[in-house]
Amino acid sequence: MTYEGWILLTACLVGISCGMVGCFLIVRRMTMLADAISHSVLLGIVLAFLVANSLNGIYMLIGATVIGLVTTFAIQSLHNSGVQEDASIGIVFTTFFAIGVILISLFARDVHLDVEHALMGEIAFIPWNTYTVFGIEIPKATGMLLCITIFALLVILMFYKELKLTSFDAALAVTLGLPVALIHYLLMGLVSITAVGSFDAVGAVLVVSMLVVPGTCAYLLTDRLSVMLLYSCLFGAASAIFGYYGALWLDASISGSMSAAGGILFLLTWVFSPRYGLLRRYRAMITS
Amino acid sequence: MEALNVKDLQVAYDRKAVLDQVELSIPKGSLTAIVGPNGAGKSTLIKAILGMLKRSSGQISILGKPYSPKNRNVGYVPQRGSVDWDFPTNALDVILMGRYGHIGWFKRPSKQDIALAKEALHKLGMADYADRQIRQLSGGQQQRVFLARALVQDAEVYFMDEPFVGVDAKTEKAIIDLLRELKQKGKTVIVVHHDLQTVPEYFDHTLLLNRTVIANGPTEQVFTEDLLQKTYGGALAFFSTNGDKRVMS
Repeated sequence: MTYEGWILLTACLVGISCGMVGCFLIVRRMTMLADAISHSVLLGIVLAFLVANSLNGIYMLIGATVIGLVTTFAIQSLHNSGVQEDASIGIVFTTFFAIGVILISLFARDVHLDVEHALMGEIAFIPWNTYTVFGIEIPKATGMLLCITIFALLVILMFYKELKLTSFDAALAVTLGLPVALIHYLLMGLVSITAVGSFDAVGAVLVVSMLVVPGTCAYLLTDRLSVMLLYSCLFGAASAIFGYYGALWLDASISGSMSAAGGILFLLTWVFSPRYGLLRRYRAMITS
Repeated sequence: MEALNVKDLQVAYDRKAVLDQVELSIPKGSLTAIVGPNGAGKSTLIKAILGMLKRSSGQISILGKPYSPKNRNVGYVPQRGSVDWDFPTNALDVILMGRYGHIGWFKRPSKQDIALAKEALHKLGMADYADRQIRQLSGGQQQRVFLARALVQDAEVYFMDEPFVGVDAKTEKAIIDLLRELKQKGKTVIVVHHDLQTVPEYFDHTLLLNRTVIANGPTEQVFTEDLLQKTYGGALAFFSTNGDKRVMS
């Protein structure tokens, strides 16, 4: 595949995996947790690097998942002990992120880990760092993202009912005997691995937009969760493709353009959605 | 036989007891009202029984066995305000959620589950609203969706948290018809109820609650001026019309 092809594929996988997982954050009204987890995973990546002394994807995934779950747990514990939820989120993730930044500057200065990269990602470098699988040379980050996307898809398909019910009515789920807390952490684990998978490509800040924007567009277009998931993946992929060509045209940052494309798609959906768009609501107001 | 037995239940928020020394039993096949002033812990009682809130102490048994969700003999209707009505789902789908306990892991609702859900919708006069997004239903219709969902749970003991709040007359009638039908089938229904006027008409068993059990028994024995005053701390006004006592809270 060409250099351009790999970048487009990687970007689409970011859009699809984040779009899928992000839907559940939106319907649970927890999008700020995406912000928290995506920043905290930096600490997980640095810790994994310091412990294993390698930038191998598997160690990064484990480190990020553990720290992602610790973040969720710490936020929940602070909140339960009486701190407001938004304040708990703000305290936990900034602290974890700061520790990550300090550790990078102390121990990991000379390797392929720097703060700017962690924040913004650099998808343009991805096709140069490859390995060979079944005789095909594929970029490491793309391979990891492909595995993560398939894994997330399988988890969502297997636990769709449970994810849906615990999102809509956790109280009923408790009386039906569903392990509500476990399902919550399963979802947070998914958010963590998707965030770390997208990290190389778009970085900690822009992954939030990929987790939140496609699902929010989809939410405006349908009343079915399953359809919302599908639309969200499409919006994620569309942001990736438009973003890439936008970046070429402007000669600008690819990850920045992807998020900007997501923002423009959202604006269009928000105004023109036949179901919940601004125009539709405006028209309904006039006629009533 | 007892549908519900609670021993030594205590629930505390921030180390302050909201419910204390609650001991009660509810007979099988009864329609029971839980009555008490705001802040008496009525919803808390249900949530603590069903394990949604942490209990400081207490043993719960349902139909003679320690309560476990795995026995699948309990149905629950939450307060209408407890869920997000903007959730991307429709009426039929919400009712199907009541079947999830029966369906089990990794499986999808079967044709039979869908048929049951449709039947429940029909029973509550909601057959035309199956595909409606739930925000677009009226308050009474939303409540009927919740009741239909409890119905398909096919439970023995139902707990309902203020099902009559903010509903229209048609819905109120649909709910009370349903409660009577459940009773006829030998089921037990325990309802948090706020409207004192209708207690004697709708319920044969009454639990008066204010942080602890004030009285618990057949409605005609428990629903008396003295005990109600005790429950509400003297904040009730009684007046009689044609010798028939009416209560205002």
